[in-house]
Amino acid sequence: MVTHEEGGAHAHHPPTGFIRKYIFSTDHKVIGIQYILLALLSVFVGMTLSLFMRIHLAWPDAHIPFFKDGIITPEQYLALMTMHGTIMVFMVLTTAPQSGFGNYFMPLQIGAADMAFPVLNMLSFWVTFVSLVVMLAAFFVTAGAPISGWTAYAPLSALGEIAGPGQGTGQTLWVIGLAIFCLASLLGALNFITTTIDLRARGLSLLRMPLTCWTWFVTAILGLLAFGVLLAACILLLLDRVAGTSFFIPGGLILSDKAVNHAGGSPLLWQHLFWFFGHPEVYIAILPGMGVASHVLSTFARKPVFGYRAMVFAVCGIGFLGFMVWGHHMFMSGMSPYSALAFSLLTMSIGVPSAIKTFNWLGTLWGGKIQFTSPMLFAIGFVSLFVTGGVTGLFLAQPAVDIALHDTPFVVAHFHIIMGVAAIFGIFAATYFWFSKMFGRMMSEPLGKIHFWFTFIGVYLIFMPMHFQGLFGQPRRIPDFSNYDFLPPMMPIQKFISVAAIVTISAQLIFLINFLYSLKWGKKAEMNPWRATTLEWTVPSPPPHDNFGGHVPVVYRGPYEFSVPGMTEDFLPQHLAPEKVAKS
Amino acid sequence: MPTAVIDNIEIKQGGREGSPPPPPAGGDDSSRGPGGDASAVTRRAYFTGLTLALGGILMFFMALTSAYIVRKGLGENWQAIALPRILWLNTAVLLASSATIEIARRKLARSAMGAFRAWWWVTTTLGVAFLVGQLVAWREMVERGIYLAGSPASSFFYVLTASHGLHLVGGIVFLFYVAFRAWSRSSISQGTAAELAAVYWHFMDGLWVFLLLLVSLGQ
Repeated sequence: MVTHEEGGAHAHHPPTGFIRKYIFSTDHKVIGIQYILLALLSVFVGMTLSLFMRIHLAWPDAHIPFFKDGIITPEQYLALMTMHGTIMVFMVLTTAPQSGFGNYFMPLQIGAADMAFPVLNMLSFWVTFVSLVVMLAAFFVTAGAPISGWTAYAPLSALGEIAGPGQGTGQTLWVIGLAIFCLASLLGALNFITTTIDLRARGLSLLRMPLTCWTWFVTAILGLLAFGVLLAACILLLLDRVAGTSFFIPGGLILSDKAVNHAGGSPLLWQHLFWFFGHPEVYIAILPGMGVASHVLSTFARKPVFGYRAMVFAVCGIGFLGFMVWGHHMFMSGMSPYSALAFSLLTMSIGVPSAIKTFNWLGTLWGGKIQFTSPMLFAIGFVSLFVTGGVTGLFLAQPAVDIALHDTPFVVAHFHIIMGVAAIFGIFAATYFWFSKMFGRMMSEPLGKIHFWFTFIGVYLIFMPMHFQGLFGQPRRIPDFSNYDFLPPMMPIQKFISVAAIVTISAQLIFLINFLYSLKWGKKAEMNPWRATTLEWTVPSPPPHDNFGGHVPVVYRGPYEFSVPGMTEDFLPQHLAPEKVAKS
Repeated sequence: MPTAVIDNIEIKQGGREGSPPPPPAGGDDSSRGPGGDASAVTRRAYFTGLTLALGGILMFFMALTSAYIVRKGLGENWQAIALPRILWLNTAVLLASSATIEIARRKLARSAMGAFRAWWWVTTTLGVAFLVGQLVAWREMVERGIYLAGSPASSFFYVLTASHGLHLVGGIVFLFYVAFRAWSRSSISQGTAAELAAVYWHFMDGLWVFLLLLVSLGQ
């Protein structure tokens, strides 16, 4: 742990040179924006890959740019799928909500001048960047990107070139990139937890923290405990690939008429290690979205969060249970029915804290003076998607049902809605909500609303029909359906989904235009345009380098004091001393 | 530097007392002084950070350990390996270094700089000796024809010892850093840094004993 910068509440001097200020900055706000830009770049790469897949699925003969003769081969399809999943899960859903917005707003919301270890923070970002470069490099090696899916199941992922195109150098780059990503995430998690524990402003007890901070905190704990396990798994996989070990490769394998010179490894061991990380990873993606949704719903319903303590306990409960349910990703692996039963019951028990959260969100909205701003719409959209995706989770938690549906688009729909799209809605809510604080200008509300409706309706049109495809028995990870007699009747649904995807993805340009236009020409933002209560709204937009000007804020109350009876204003900021509170 | 905190709410005077006044600073932070003593906060943050780092490292090794136990449980091709005897000597060296770093740290706390330096260097030397000893153990195994890719037990042996060795290299870098950094310009004192290094060092020591028991008894 070699960091030079100090934590605590010192007046920091802003750096002057361009490189120290914008490239190798130790300012958590600059690093947060760097992470957000990295995620934005990645999300467009990931979306483009999905676009290729959707076009190919609906119109297999269509000419597609960037591919030899305009044709996507089955192997290339798998490579697209692998990289889409990998980039979206790691470079978008793990970075933007936590490392991006969390980095920017957690220190501000807890009244700290910066993260506990600013140099470490900078290192986390640049290590993440290196890992992205290494992963993307897989596209540019001779045989292309790996084809083993974002879960990289062994032995496919462990055997090397013999297992297919992309399984040589491409997969090696993938494993190395992921291992680097694990390191970056561990450093980031350590910084988040330390900052939350030690640098909170005076008076800001844990149970006065905004729910956003709570979710960033719990997410960081999950990251700290989970990424070390994935790192270990990646190292073992890499050794199987390059050093001839047999951790994950079973004996007696014959591939392309050649006997594989490995013996006695266990492919299931990879699945256990991967999913021990993989399930907490789902919550790493979604918990910050829950925090943002709670925060935004309360602000625009002008009401305190319903059941604040229950929300905190639910977040901790979800995080805790998240480590005990990894087996539900492996019902297909032939595990003992008794283990499957245990994993199934534990999985369904996550429904309890999830339902607590859902009812509390509804309770927060109930009877509120709701303002339908863009962030509010996306927060409500988040709740809707969380419920839709969560309910199918209860179906899939039953081993008997899962075995029928596991290899179908039903599962694709489930995890896209709950962990992909819901998390993205959290990111959008956060962007529309905090853009003014980050850049000093407001985003366009009309464009934001148009963007919301296109996206909200669009994602339902994309993913709802996939449930029916799944119930119909359509297999997943198959690029061409013409070889199956029972599938051609499903083509209209396939085309419908692809059209919906093209429209929805195109609608994201509205967001991009709004984002870029508002940076330069948006309406100048006041310091607290949403009349919100937490500490980030007490500093100028954008905040100065040391956040609070060397001054240590003092917190007098919880984070969601809206519409307090007997007050002249309908919000009571956390930092306002009791003697300054205006009463009517 | 602009003054950053501005109360942006209009304050109207007068009026009756409404809701009960919110408590002043409270909760679990009552121990912290007004504004927080910056150096105390920094010191605490470093200890929290180190504890968390050790938690992350522990998870990494627990993953390897559970992989070891599962792989061994499968039974297939598992050939027990005779461990090089020098490992026991290495263990003694590492345990001794834990004692010497503790002595060094206490000397520093009493500002006995000369004694601190001497014991600190003894610790560093013992750490390097341990690593050299581990390399000798590897060498011996290679001479006996036991390689990384040889059998599952040998693969795990090399992975576990290499992972631990790399973490110990980190520890030695840490020791050098404590010895050479200009602490007068730092936000934490050399004493704090030495304490942090000692905690890390003891942890690596305990971890090694655990790993050795795992690969010797676990076969």
